[in-house]
Formats: sequence, C-alpha cells, structure tokens
Amino acid sequence: MSRLALRTPQHVLAGGLAVIFLLPLVWAAFASVSPQAGTAQTSGWGLGNYETLARYQAGVGRYLLNSVAVSGMTVVFTLTVALLGGYAFAMFAFPGRNALFLLTLAILMVPYATLLIPLYVLLNDLGLQNSLVGLALVLTMFQLPFAVFMMRISFEAVPRELRESALVDGCGNFRALRHVLLPAVRPGLVTVGLFAFLAAWNDFITPLVLISDSDRFPLPLAVANMRQQVMGIVDYGATEAGVVVLALPCIVLFLVLQRHYVRGFMSGALKG
Amino acid sequence: MVSTPALTEPPARTADAAPPPGRSRRHSPALAGWAYAAPTALFVALFFVLPILLVARMSASDWGLFAGDRGWNAPDNFTRAVDDRLFWPAVWFTLRYTAVTTVLLLALGLGLALLVQESSRWTGLLRTSFLVPSALGLASASLLFYALYSPQSSPLNAPLRAAGVTDTAVSFLGTPGSALWSTVALIVWRFAGFYMLLLLVGLQGISGDVYEAARLDGAGRLQTFRHITLPLLRSSLALCTILCVTGSLLAFDQFYILTKGGPDNSTVTIVQLVYTMAFQGQNDLGRAAALSILVLAALLVINALQFRGLRGKED
Repeated sequence: MSRLALRTPQHVLAGGLAVIFLLPLVWAAFASVSPQAGTAQTSGWGLGNYETLARYQAGVGRYLLNSVAVSGMTVVFTLTVALLGGYAFAMFAFPGRNALFLLTLAILMVPYATLLIPLYVLLNDLGLQNSLVGLALVLTMFQLPFAVFMMRISFEAVPRELRESALVDGCGNFRALRHVLLPAVRPGLVTVGLFAFLAAWNDFITPLVLISDSDRFPLPLAVANMRQQVMGIVDYGATEAGVVVLALPCIVLFLVLQRHYVRGFMSGALKG
Repeated sequence: MVSTPALTEPPARTADAAPPPGRSRRHSPALAGWAYAAPTALFVALFFVLPILLVARMSASDWGLFAGDRGWNAPDNFTRAVDDRLFWPAVWFTLRYTAVTTVLLLALGLGLALLVQESSRWTGLLRTSFLVPSALGLASASLLFYALYSPQSSPLNAPLRAAGVTDTAVSFLGTPGSALWSTVALIVWRFAGFYMLLLLVGLQGISGDVYEAARLDGAGRLQTFRHITLPLLRSSLALCTILCVTGSLLAFDQFYILTKGGPDNSTVTIVQLVYTMAFQGQNDLGRAAALSILVLAALLVINALQFRGLRGKED
C-alpha cells in the first residue's frame, strides 16, 4: 500500500510530461483548421489552409505523388535487396562474405553530406539527375546497413532444420527461400519495410541535394519551400496544414505497427 | 519422407527458380551465396564505394558545381575550407550544440525510462505518448516548431505573457542564444522517446534479483540507482551517447528549416557549411568535398575515442 502511495506523484509527473509531449501535435492539428490572421482561414473553422496547400505551385497532389512514388520504390528496392542479402549472409559461406557485410555496415559511419556531394555528380553521369528513381536508389543505399543486418538476424533465428529439410525434400535454394523461409522472416520484413518507408517519406537533405526541379520535389521539400513564397510573408496556416499531411501517415503507421517499430530499435540496442 | 532423389527432384526449372541457375546451386554454396549477395554488393559498390573514391578525387580537384572538373589542385580545397570565415564558428557551434543536446537527451531519456519502467496499461500508454514524436520526420517536426515559434501563430506567447515572463511577443529564433535553445527544445521533444526506448531495453536487462539483494542489504532508492542501475546500464548509455553525439555533430535539417543558420550566422553547423559551399552561392564542389572529408575524419576519430573511453571503463 505504501509502495503504491509512493508511486502516485511519479504517475502524475509522467502523465503531465506525456501531455506536454502530445500537445505540439494536437496544436498543429487544431491550428491548421482554426481561424488565424494572415492565412486562408481568417474567420471560422475550416479547410482554407488545406486549399492553399492544394493550390501551391504544382499542387499538393503532385508532391504527395512524388513522395509516395519515392517511398514505394525505396521500400520495394530495400526489401528485395535485403531479403536476398540477408539470406546470403545468414545461410551461405562464400568468399568475401564478412568483408561485404562489414562494408555494408560501414555506410552507417559516413555522413550523408560526404556521400551526397559525389552522388550528385555520379547520378548526373548515370543520367539520373533530377530523377525520383535515382533518389530512391540512394535512399535504398542509406537503408541497407539496418535492413541487411535485420534480415540477416531474422534468417539466423530460423531453425536450420527448416531449410535443410526443404532442401532434402528437393527444393532448390530459391524455392526453400520462397516457400519455407519467407513466412518465417515476415516480421523482419515488416520492420525493414516500415523503417524504409519512414526514412524515405521523411528524408530532407537527400532530395534537397539531388532534386532541383521543383515539380519533382517530395512533400517535405515542397512544404519547407512554400514558406518563402509570397513576398517573404510566411503563411503559417498552410505550413501547419503541410505538417499535418506529412505527419499523419507516420503516426498512423507507428500506432498500427508499434510492435515492429520497437523491435527494430531493440535489435540495434542489443547489438550495441 | 524418405524417397529417391530422382523422384523429389523438381521438374524442369521454372522462371521463378532462376537466381542460382542449374545444378551449381547444389554443388557450390559459394556461387549461390554470391548470387544472392549480388544486389547488395552492386548497391554498395555503385552508391557507396564509388562515391567515396569520387569524393576523395573531388577534394583534390578544382571542381565547380556547373563547370565540373578543372584539374588537380591539392591541397588548396582543404586549406581554403579551413580558411573560410565561418569554419571555426561552425565547428565551435556544432560542438556546443552537441554537448548541450547529448547531456539533455540522455538525462531526459533516462528519467522517462525510469518513470515508465514497470509494465502496466498506464505506462504502456505513457511510453506511446513519449514515442509518438519519434515517428515524425525531423523536417516535419522542424516545420511544426517553426510555426510554433512564429510571432504570428505561436500559442506560447499568451501563457508566457500571463505568467509575467514577458510583455511583448517572445522572439524564439531572434537572438543567437534563443535560436540555439529553441532548436534544442525541438530536438529534445523529437528524440527523448527514442532514447527512453533504448534505455528501457537496458533497464529490462537488469535482473530483478539484483534489486532484491540491494533491498535486503538496506540500500535506499538513491543508493540503488547510483550503485546498481547506473553501472549496469553503462553499455546502453554508451550506445545512446554515441548515437546522440554522431547525430548532433551532423545536424542539418533542424537548422536549415528553423534558423537558416541565423541570426548573423550564429547557428551555422558544419554540415550546413558543407551544403552552402557546394550548392548555395559558392558552387564549389571541390571545397565542399574537402570539408566533408574533414567531417568524416573527425567523426571517425571522435567515435573511436568514445568507443575506447566507454569500453575502457567497463572492465
């Protein structure tokens, strides 16, 4: 009983802090629809700020589409490469295996800026300047250390007998992967896909460097640029609406897939 | 399950069984391994190794953003990068920002982890609330705080005025000091839950028996924390320190969006300087490449020192 009484102030403190953490998000949602001078929504509640956002230059739909395309491609590329790579690192002995794995992890140690400057030149040479595909390829590379590591430990957690019995039954390596191992590593794939999506959806400096054609901006760049538009006067209402559009998919995904999200961090924490 | 291999051998290869072709899959695991690792190797070679080599070459060349390669000029890019009038202010500011952020985030992360340590429905809800900001992109969070700090739309002015702290609109980003602390507040909000989660994993790794033994020995809460929790949490704290220091040394998005390096270039970070040299005004990719290599080198040295320092104390 005394232990419980001791905890009460602790609970109140934690509850208060939780409210403080949630308030900025709640405020942004309210502010984006509430009346405010200097915005499209000057009187009464409504979606005026979202209309401003929808009409901004190429229109919010265009930027959303860019973001969805880049994120979708990054997720598909990352899942494919990491699934095959994780399988290779976990299940096969081949010369150069450790060197390649360490080299993949080494991507984590190099600052984005150090890689983006040569990548800007390199993508030009490859004819991928200003291209959403090029952007997705670079974002995939940034995801690989986490994704390949995660898929490797996912495959290593699968009992060896499962694959061996599939091989004995006459499955080739690829059929064993597809029909027997794939279901076993599905949770790892969900985590990798979730992180790839969030990283691609939210990345800022990579498109800032690699994309100069404003029609191909992903949403974060478009919303950030929108602030400088109308003769230096910032439309904060439209910014708030942009933040809501940017944040909503992330928060929904986080709440739905929280378990996978937490597992992703855990694997990193345990490794360290 | 015992049957002759001939019967269980799958029929003719179909398209979906392609990657390690033919019979080699059985006989050469090395070949099959390389076939599956090939996409990873291709990505690493093309988008990681090649750029590293190219950035080294660029740093030794007169390389303009539009003009391209104009020949060897080593070591001019390095000396001119260091001679930039913003170089030392940016180094100093980045270090200061890193120190402040790391101390605050680790302290708050640990505090939150201790508060929600026990599992219950209530603490589960609290953990989720602390973690939600971590789901946002750093750029989105910065844009949110940009509006939150604006003189026009800020909801913070009225309560501050009511509390008698100020009678004019507060300038959250207007002075060098306020710009730093306002950005730190954003970063603490965005990342505290993330560090809470990492430390929570560490806390849950400490066996209940150790606490029980300490309690039986008559240790108070503070003593238990100082002599049991903190030492056993060392490796988790080390991981958090390294992540936080690395992230802060490379800070870009938050300052690019909130302060643009202002006021008076007082909040220019080292990565912002790299970006400015390359793409804004100076258009000097060679010099930016040189500076970015210095950043990489500094990061490797700092991380090596941290690993040594934090490992050394462990034994």
